[in-house]
Amino acid sequence: TLELTVRASPTGPGGDMQWCFSQVKGAIDDDVAEADIISTVEFNHTGELLATGDKGGRVVIFQQEIENKSQPQFRSEYNVYSTFQSHEPEFDYLKSLEIEEKINKIRWLPQKNAAQFLLSTNDKTIKLWKISERDKRPEGYNLKEEDGRYKDPNTITSLRVPVLIPMDLMVEASPRRVFANAHTYHINSISVNSDNETYLSADDLRINLWHLEITDRSFNIVDIKPANMEELTEVITAAEFHPHQCNTFVYSSSKGTIRLCDMRASALCDKHSKLFEEPEDPSNRSFFSEIISSISDVKFSHNGRYMMTRDYLSVKIWDLNMENRPVETYQVHEYLRSKLCSLYENDCIFDKFECCWNGNDSVVMTGSYNNFFRMFDRGHRRDVTLEASRENSKPMQVLKPRKVCAGGKRKKDEISVDSLDFNKKILHTAWHPQDNIIAVATTNNLYIFQDKVN
Amino acid sequence: AAEEGGPCQSKMAGADGDDSLYPIAVLIDELRNEDVQLRLNSIKKLSTIALALGVERTRTELLPFLTDTIYDEDEVLLALAEQLGNFTMLVGGPEYVHCLLPPLESLATVEETVVRDKAVESLRKISQEHSPVDLEVHFEPLVKRLASGDWFTSRTSACGLFSVCYPRVSSTVKAEIRQHFRTLCSDDTPMVRRAAASKLGEFAKVLELDYVKSDIISLFTALASDEQDSVRLLAVEACVSIATLLPQEDLETLVMPTLRQAAEDKSWRVRYMVADKFSELQKAVGPEITKNDLVPAFQNLLKDCEAEVRAAAANKVKEFCENLPEDNREQIIMTHILPCVKELVSDTNQHVKSALASVIMGLSTILGKDNTIEHLLPLFLAQLKDECPEVRLNIISNLDCVNEVIGIRQLSQSLLPAIVELAEDAKWRVRLAIIEYMPLLAGQLGVEFFDEKLNTLCMAWLIDHVYAIREAATCNLMKLVEKFGAEWAQNTIVPKVLGMANDPNYLHRMTTLFCINVIVHCCGYPYREITTKQMLPVVLKMSNDQVANVRFNVAKSLQKIGPVLDSNALQTEVKPVLEKLASDTDMDVKYFAQEAISGECLSSSTIVDKLNT
Repeated sequence: TLELTVRASPTGPGGDMQWCFSQVKGAIDDDVAEADIISTVEFNHTGELLATGDKGGRVVIFQQEIENKSQPQFRSEYNVYSTFQSHEPEFDYLKSLEIEEKINKIRWLPQKNAAQFLLSTNDKTIKLWKISERDKRPEGYNLKEEDGRYKDPNTITSLRVPVLIPMDLMVEASPRRVFANAHTYHINSISVNSDNETYLSADDLRINLWHLEITDRSFNIVDIKPANMEELTEVITAAEFHPHQCNTFVYSSSKGTIRLCDMRASALCDKHSKLFEEPEDPSNRSFFSEIISSISDVKFSHNGRYMMTRDYLSVKIWDLNMENRPVETYQVHEYLRSKLCSLYENDCIFDKFECCWNGNDSVVMTGSYNNFFRMFDRGHRRDVTLEASRENSKPMQVLKPRKVCAGGKRKKDEISVDSLDFNKKILHTAWHPQDNIIAVATTNNLYIFQDKVN
Repeated sequence: AAEEGGPCQSKMAGADGDDSLYPIAVLIDELRNEDVQLRLNSIKKLSTIALALGVERTRTELLPFLTDTIYDEDEVLLALAEQLGNFTMLVGGPEYVHCLLPPLESLATVEETVVRDKAVESLRKISQEHSPVDLEVHFEPLVKRLASGDWFTSRTSACGLFSVCYPRVSSTVKAEIRQHFRTLCSDDTPMVRRAAASKLGEFAKVLELDYVKSDIISLFTALASDEQDSVRLLAVEACVSIATLLPQEDLETLVMPTLRQAAEDKSWRVRYMVADKFSELQKAVGPEITKNDLVPAFQNLLKDCEAEVRAAAANKVKEFCENLPEDNREQIIMTHILPCVKELVSDTNQHVKSALASVIMGLSTILGKDNTIEHLLPLFLAQLKDECPEVRLNIISNLDCVNEVIGIRQLSQSLLPAIVELAEDAKWRVRLAIIEYMPLLAGQLGVEFFDEKLNTLCMAWLIDHVYAIREAATCNLMKLVEKFGAEWAQNTIVPKVLGMANDPNYLHRMTTLFCINVIVHCCGYPYREITTKQMLPVVLKMSNDQVANVRFNVAKSLQKIGPVLDSNALQTEVKPVLEKLASDTDMDVKYFAQEAISGECLSSSTIVDKLNT
């Protein structure tokens, strides 16, 4: 079998690499306001900016400070650059439905000029935001003083053209486009195409293709809604464009399959060109099989050769050229297999964990419970469990690998499965596109860790 | 807005202040007003500001300020980009036109495509006002800066500027420009490659033929095999321009391999583009290549596996056939094109059938009477019976082509059931569409056929349950009366319309009034007899209707009828009724009655009176 038996490495992925605490954002208060719960985390293409979205419909953007030459052991920190309200709660009067303001996804556009652009979406509406800087302001009126008092118009003897004078840097976020009314179900994914002019948005049953400059129409490219909704057996859980081939995208389903579609073949991509599916292991079959095989996230590797999927218990790496099984499978928290019944009862089994690649596709990362997150080093076949917690938040403190005791005698430093806190879950993580800097969202805090520079 | 924007609405002439400066001062201040509308207004009057400032201050103060206003809203920037294209005289004439380059350069890098395109358009315009020296000293460096900009927005803008400066610069600079264009054609970002591909044809036109062959062809071939289909499809458009520039003997080796490849591209979007540009391509490559290459290519597009491509090709059937070389046009159509067309008539996709239906009738003029009857008529008839209403509508709307060749009688047997079915379609939009063709059909079929077969339908629409249909049916009546004349109206339409005045449904009674309005409008004064003798009594009687909506429509109708009545009828018949309605219990009835009374015709003498005196 290709499934790897990964051995825990105390040194962490990459052999020598150690992760240390850099920053934590958000309130320390134990009493968490619902609106402050982080719902998505995303670096931009250079890694200079890091965006988070929350359940209150806000987007917060952090900017990496310019490198500090005098203290090279400290990587530059991320500080708040811009905060804005992206979505507001709405009410659909026709369907009598409340539309939450929660930001489901954020995607950065490739940079096109000095300003930055991102797409943010809630369940129904996608918005294109421009984040731009302004460091000059006009000065000089003809008819009033700079403080706003009007002059006597009789005293005007000459015309004055305003001049621009320097001012403190101001960052503005302005909504440029609103892409609405195209989704009947909840949007779970948005993905910008490598052609730089289109993007897709996926809901439970359909995928639409948009032009970034056109808001009044989109093309439906996938529709899996059966004529009779009683025959519904699966839903779309995530979708993403290939990083280089503008005609290729994939979407995953609640049945654990991934379909790859080629938009060159036809206008409507109802027929997939590849179907990635691993045969079910009969020995592991249970009442929960279908639920835990549902894919919660799919991500192409940066080089476009592989894709990674996350289901409830594992992360799988697929080679785009091999459809019948993944090339690598990593267990995220196999010890939960015996707990599925209680996880079903407390609804945790439906948690949607996301996953991400590091800059050179050699390591993947995903979250777990108890504020643990996992990294799998593909080349060295090593894995590590780390924890995002206030206790480890001293500057440059090295993160100690954690270990969960699955049964038998609990060793020193091990945590028993029964003492895991299932309310503390890490669903959203992001990896800097080039450097070893990661952003990990616990409920309402954003942790930034970095590798220890020797 | 200049008068409203200031602090003091009624400004007195000041002792020291210059009176004429005030409106300009307002305009300048509003350049930075918080209200977008006011800023936009000021930008649109930028020439007024510049004129007041004079050329010197416009150059040294106004333009530097405008160069830095690229933070503004798109609509303001768009207006600014447009204004600057007409600013040459305001900065001091062609000698100083280069002062306009900095603001336009910054506008050419903004993210909004419409603004960039407008800035490029203005740059192209003012490039013509540069002297050859200024073009090399000021304009060409700007093009270079844009072409090597960090962001793709500036590089895409550069693509549109090469062709305007190339013809007017020295051969060294020409070589540089060609090099820049080459670089942009292989840019990392697809946005820039697309911009370059879309300007390839235009650039080729200004290049020397040798360079077209050496440079352009290799760029064209490279773009046409780009990894992104969004780039490849734009090369198809360039193909048209390039083929036009090359001598016939070079087409086969330089253009055709690429065109053949595009027609069979793996991506349907590229094939769609070939189909969409087929007529232009056909004209560009000439009759010989058309016969040998394009005919088979067109057949393949008509049989394409993607419906979008088939629909685009089907749309071109008539134009393609029309432009075939006359010597063996008929033979090519009959043996190569018609078999494909026959298959499309029963295509699985309704958009394909509908596209075909919109052009297929045009083939009859090309093929002549005998071929039409033998080969095309069965196809027309099949499409007239198509399950999709749009297909049937498209056939009916193009009946005139076939009428010229074989006369409409050949079709009438099948036409009638098709029309009747559309007239009764469950979708009101379909019914609406067929109503709109009625006047056309009436003209082609003649009054006799119309009375016999279609008149009943037209009357039935008047009592449709959808208002839009009743309204369209009323309008249709007007057009029919215009076509067939007042006498016809009197005999066939009026009795039926007046009959509806007694209908138990008030909506139908109102339709009577609406119809009377349009018939009076058409028949007018010469046929006032119809109005006075037949219609007026009915309208007056309806003023006693129990439904207020009917009563106020009576008032409105009387106002419309008024001008064709003589003053006697007005005073003795119309006026008392309107006065009664003016004291109606219903507010709306009162209102419209008073409107009618105060209307021209009742208070002063009527047209009739004027004509009598």
